[in-house]
This record gives sequence, structure tokens and C-alpha cells, in this order.
Amino acid sequence: MSKSQKFGPPLNPRGRRLEAKELESITHVRAKTPAKYAWAAGTAMSRFLEELKNGKIIGRKCARCNRVLVPPRMFCERCFAPTTEWVYLPGTGVVETFSISYIDTNANRIKEPILVGTIAFDGAPPHCGIMHYFGEVKPEELKIGMPVEPVWKPKEERVGSVLDIKYFRPRQK
Amino acid sequence: MNLTKIRKDVAVVGAGMTVFARRLQETGKEMSWEAAKMALDEAGLTLKDIDAVILGSAPDAFDGVHKKGDWLLDGAGGTNKPFMRVYTGGGTAVFAPIAGWWHVASGMFKRVLVVCEEKMSSVQPHAQSAFAHIWDPILDRPLKPNLVWIFAMEMQRYMHKYNVRYEDIALVAVKNKRNAVGHPCAQLADPNITLDDVINSEPMALPVRRLDISPPSDGASAIVLVSEDVAYEHTDTPVWIDGVGWCIDTTMWTNRDLAFPKFVARAAKMAYEMAGIKNPRKEIDFAEPYDPFDYKELQHLEGLLLADPGEAAIMTREGKTQRDGEFPVCPSGGLLGVGNPIAATLGIKIGEVYWQLARKAGPRQVKKDVRTGVTQAWGDLMQFSAVIVMRRR
Ligand SMILES: [Zn+2]
Repeated sequence: MSKSQKFGPPLNPRGRRLEAKELESITHVRAKTPAKYAWAAGTAMSRFLEELKNGKIIGRKCARCNRVLVPPRMFCERCFAPTTEWVYLPGTGVVETFSISYIDTNANRIKEPILVGTIAFDGAPPHCGIMHYFGEVKPEELKIGMPVEPVWKPKEERVGSVLDIKYFRPRQK
Repeated sequence: MNLTKIRKDVAVVGAGMTVFARRLQETGKEMSWEAAKMALDEAGLTLKDIDAVILGSAPDAFDGVHKKGDWLLDGAGGTNKPFMRVYTGGGTAVFAPIAGWWHVASGMFKRVLVVCEEKMSSVQPHAQSAFAHIWDPILDRPLKPNLVWIFAMEMQRYMHKYNVRYEDIALVAVKNKRNAVGHPCAQLADPNITLDDVINSEPMALPVRRLDISPPSDGASAIVLVSEDVAYEHTDTPVWIDGVGWCIDTTMWTNRDLAFPKFVARAAKMAYEMAGIKNPRKEIDFAEPYDPFDYKELQHLEGLLLADPGEAAIMTREGKTQRDGEFPVCPSGGLLGVGNPIAATLGIKIGEVYWQLARKAGPRQVKKDVRTGVTQAWGDLMQFSAVIVMRRR
């Protein structure tokens, strides 16, 4: 062992940068990793998805802290106690936050922006809700705190998915 | 929680890092080896002197190899030694050093090597494809989200609640990309970048624009941690880890107000209490908070209790957080300027605080005399934070 040298930062850091075109040369080996999954929706979420089919948004109440958990869970992670009651929410809420996205899920650029955000539901504690799209609203009109309501797919098209809600729009009534 | 009676004080005596780049020719193992060797060389040690090895690396999905711990083992120097991999998303950069710290602080090990590696270029066509696998499969994935969305939403909420202007946030990107000019590993250093460049860069997920985001990178970093019993055998300028803290909030991110990161404040309070810091604003000289997005530097300064909510934007506008300002922030150039190989940002977080406090930061050395620094990283689904307070004695 010897005492540490006086040089500090990585003066001559190693590592060779590659250009994108070098991906095509023998610097890489290509492969696909095929894998498919069937995820259990679980006790609480299976019921939640079932009620989406009926055009209802439901939560689950914790009797100890009185929170209505949306999305519903069978236990409260704060009290670490079972939740005890299903609660039907009106489905309305306010825009908690949002983004106007010019990129899709694979980071491709898109012309028409996706309006996406989170909704804080009426009847749930502050800031509690889900992520979803917004529609029937211009990007520049979308604001935090704006009252919104769900626009459902026709009943026969619902499958028990978060996509049974087409989007949330500014509240009409 | 016992935050006062730790068995052994722990010092950093060496650090190393590779260049950060969009693509490196080296494999993850080769990068790990390069960084580990540099850290050992600076400490004047060989692998034989090391009692245990910690590896930090983020999602396996980047590599398509679902056992990254032993995949990288040989390069990290862990063969035939007590070895563990830790992973808390982006938080790994500061959490892996904390794991190293408890190995030494417990009194079990005298010399521990911590290596962090990330190779984000393997996944095609873009690291975004791997990020798709971090979302809740039932609630979130049907909406075909992009990871940038949640940060855009968090930034929007932050700006709204604390009345923060986008222009002040964008100044962070300008500052850090300029700071990175002095860093030999930097991927996106730009001495001429202006506020207009950031404001006019392409919209990604508004309010986030292209230059508000740090780039995906390949890279590796390492540090050597030693016990108080041997620290001065290795260097005249050990830098001490005087406080550590970490905390995680619920994964139910749509159940939280995203404006203020409470979990950062909890982690910071833990680290400050251990370090005996009562007034962080007065007692800490500079900071290396996690800055994968420009607004995150501000939000993290506030979470670290170094500014009131919304105030970090004003400090930035007034120039206080410049390298020669009254409270330098991200003198390394940060993730925005040097690059963001997730776990490997160790080299520009705890690595930079070490080099600054040991007065070895060269062209990046902050002007004022710094004796106490704090660093922090953030990860998982916007919910985890690790904090380390370091001092020169
Ligand atoms: Zn409860």
C-alpha cells in the first residue's frame, strides 16, 4: 500500500465513445428477448376493473385513517391494516397535474400532442386519483384545478380496463 | 433509530470514473473494471487490500440480462469476496455508497470498494423501451406512457404550487452544462449554451423540453471507503462520511402531491441529525443534488432544506448556485452536463463531493473554502432518496 496520489479528478478517464453507425459493425451482437406475461390484477383491482365496465369508479376505505384509497387496495399501507369498505365515487374530480406530450411511448415525436395527467377524484383525499388522458379541451386551456369528468366508451365496448374511460373532459354540468 | 453511536467513522480515500457517453465500446464489466482500478489507484490500494465489494446498477432491462449482480461481478472486483448488489433506481448512485458505508461503519470491514455501472445503450432503439417496464401493468401501461410524462407532471405541479417560472428552471440546465466544461468525462458540456437555447429546444412532454433533460449514457464510477482505523495510512486528506439517510414514499405516485419531495426531507433530516447539523443552510457549504432534469435540482435543494419551497429558483436566478456563487450547486456539471448513466452518476455525486473537499477538483474546484458538502440521489418511481453529508476535518 502507498499513500494516495495527488491527482484528483479522473484526468485521463478511459472509455471509447462509439458513433451510432458503429452499431452496424462488429462492435455489437443483436438479439431479441421474447417474453410474455399475464399479471394477476389482484383482489382489489379485479373489482375496480369490473366496476369500470359498469361505468363506476370505486375506492376502498381504511377505517383507521378514514382515507378512501383510489386506486383501491385491500390494505392501507400507512396503518398497515385491512381496508374495510367499498366506496362508489362520483367519478368527477379536478386536474391535479398534466403534461402536453409531443413524444409517444417509444420517444417518437408526434404532431398532435397527447394530453395526459392525473385526476384527483371528488370523494377521495386531496391529490388522490389516477393517471389518464384529457380530451375535448385545447392544450392551452388545460389547467391545474380544472373540474373534469370521465367520458366512457359505449357499454358494449368496455372490457374491464382503464381504457374503458376514453379520457377526462372539462366538466359539463 | 440510533443515529449517534456508530462504531467506526468512514472515509472516502479514492474515486474513479470512466467517460460518460451515449455509447461506449466497453462492456459493463470492462467499464466497471476501469472505474474500480482508477479508484484503487488513487487510494494507493490493490484489490487484495479490499475486504468487501458493493455493486450498484439500475434496471436489468437495460442489459437484457436478469442477474446483473454476478454479470458485472468480475469487473467490479467482487470475485471470492463478500459481495452484494444494491438497486434503488437513480437513487443507487448515492445509496450504493451508503451500503458500503454500513459495511465499514459496523466494524466488520476495514476497506470496501463501491462500484456503480450503467450501460443504457444496449437496449434498442432507445432506453425508453426498457423504462416501459417500470410502470404498473394494470393501471398505467394500457395508457402507453413515456417515462418523461411523470416528470413533466411533477414539474408542472411544482411550478404551479410554488409559483416557479420556467425561465428560472431552465437556468439550471445552462449552469450545469457550462459547469461540465471542466469535466474530462462530460457528454454534454457546452460553454456557449444560453437560456434561449433551452427555452427554444424541442418540446418533449411540456413543460419539459429536450435541454431540460439529461441524456442516457454508458459509464461506470467507483469509490474506496475505509475505516477510521486505517484512513490516514492511505491519504493525508480523507473525506469523512458524517451523515447518511434514506427514505422511500409509496409507489402509488398518483396518491401524492408531487410538488414537494417529503421523502428527500426525511432522508436529509436523518443524515443531518447523524452529522450533528442543526442549521443546514449555515453549516453546509455546497451541494451535489440529483439533477436528471433541471427542475429536480431545485426541488431537491428544497427537499434538502437548503431553500424554502420555490426559493431555489430565486437563488438560481440570482446566481447564488453558480460554482463561484455563495452556495455552489452541482459544480461537477451534474447529470445535465456530464451525463446520466443512472447508478454510475456516483462519480459526479459522492465522487465530486469527495474531490471538492479533498481539493482535487482541478478546474472545477469551487472558489470558496468548502469543508462540508451534501449529495443526494433520487430514484425508483419518483419516490426514493439517499443523502450523504461529507466533511473535511
Ligand atoms: Zn389507513
